[in-house]
Amino acid sequence: MHARAEAPAESSNSWPEDIFSILQRFDVRQVPYVPDAGHSELIQRVLASKTMRGISLTTEEEGVALLAGAWAGGQRGVLLMQSSGVGNCINMLSLTQIFRFPFLTLVTMRGEWGEFNPWQVPMGSTTQAVFELSGVKVLRASHPDEVREVMEAAAGQAYNACTPTAVLLSQRLIGAKVFTK
Amino acid sequence: MSKANRLDRRAVVSSLLKDRKGTIAVGGLGASTYDIAAAGDHPRNFYLWGAMGGAVMIGLGLALAQPKLPVVVITGDGEMLMGIGSLATVGLQKPANLSIIVLDNEAYGETGGQVSHTASVVDLVGVAKSCGIVNAQSLETMSEIEAFAPSLQDVSTGPRFASVKIDAANLERMLAGRDGIFMLNRLRGDLGFGPI
Repeated sequence: MHARAEAPAESSNSWPEDIFSILQRFDVRQVPYVPDAGHSELIQRVLASKTMRGISLTTEEEGVALLAGAWAGGQRGVLLMQSSGVGNCINMLSLTQIFRFPFLTLVTMRGEWGEFNPWQVPMGSTTQAVFELSGVKVLRASHPDEVREVMEAAAGQAYNACTPTAVLLSQRLIGAKVFTK
Repeated sequence: MSKANRLDRRAVVSSLLKDRKGTIAVGGLGASTYDIAAAGDHPRNFYLWGAMGGAVMIGLGLALAQPKLPVVVITGDGEMLMGIGSLATVGLQKPANLSIIVLDNEAYGETGGQVSHTASVVDLVGVAKSCGIVNAQSLETMSEIEAFAPSLQDVSTGPRFASVKIDAANLERMLAGRDGIFMLNRLRGDLGFGPI
């Protein structure tokens, strides 16, 4: 496990495993999520964890409010969603400014990089701008070998400096969804 | 317009919080936050002035983080309707220390008294039950409120939900503090957490 810290790009660790181990190290306890295929491995790891609580939501904005409450009660959290859920969060993101709490969200991107479904494109195209207009810093990972570094930076600035941060996990990283009959 | 035999919201909230002990009280956007402030400011009061629809989820995050402390969310029907899905999320998580009280005046009192869905079609107790919150009831008299209040301290039998039909009269605003960072850190400090 500790070898991972020096593991090169060809590491056999999957990038969701890299994310999980960083969240573990930062003592993240509450993990609200709206499922996405790109997050499925991470969600499985969270649900099997003894220290993290996976919390299935009906809509993404619930997760923003949940994380504010978690921090008020002394726990860190992270919100997992896909890009189409970011628009659902806009008003609730005001809590990141009002409370200056350690907000971190990991967003799997749709609507880019060979997207098949045009309905994903409008929200996927505005995801980054929506975050930035809402005062949330955006980092992006497009290749498996940069996920760990990006996550380290994101978790560090969110949890150590209360800088609201979103990590966009690009569709190039997770692979475009294949639609077959 | 006021209906007959509806309870006074300030009396209801004051009764619920009278012997609060360590209870954390989250107030939903609007008059519910004023009601909690009117019952007396407290480091464990968490007043919301926005984030409509988020009160129950903030309460859930708190309840999961502090499972030994009672957490009560007091909100209005309009705020509850906007976050209605959060009842399903609570039903799934079943936090035993969380209580949700809806002060239901069947109207959007802050914005001119427009009628809400609860005036005609929505039964919030039924919604809570169907979302898996088995301990859900409506409270109709002050003596029922007084009998119910001690159950808020029971952190092993929640989640519980109660709807209270209240008089729709707009009472004088009791302006709670609205500096979120101050309030958040006041609560965290009271729970023993320091600044980052």
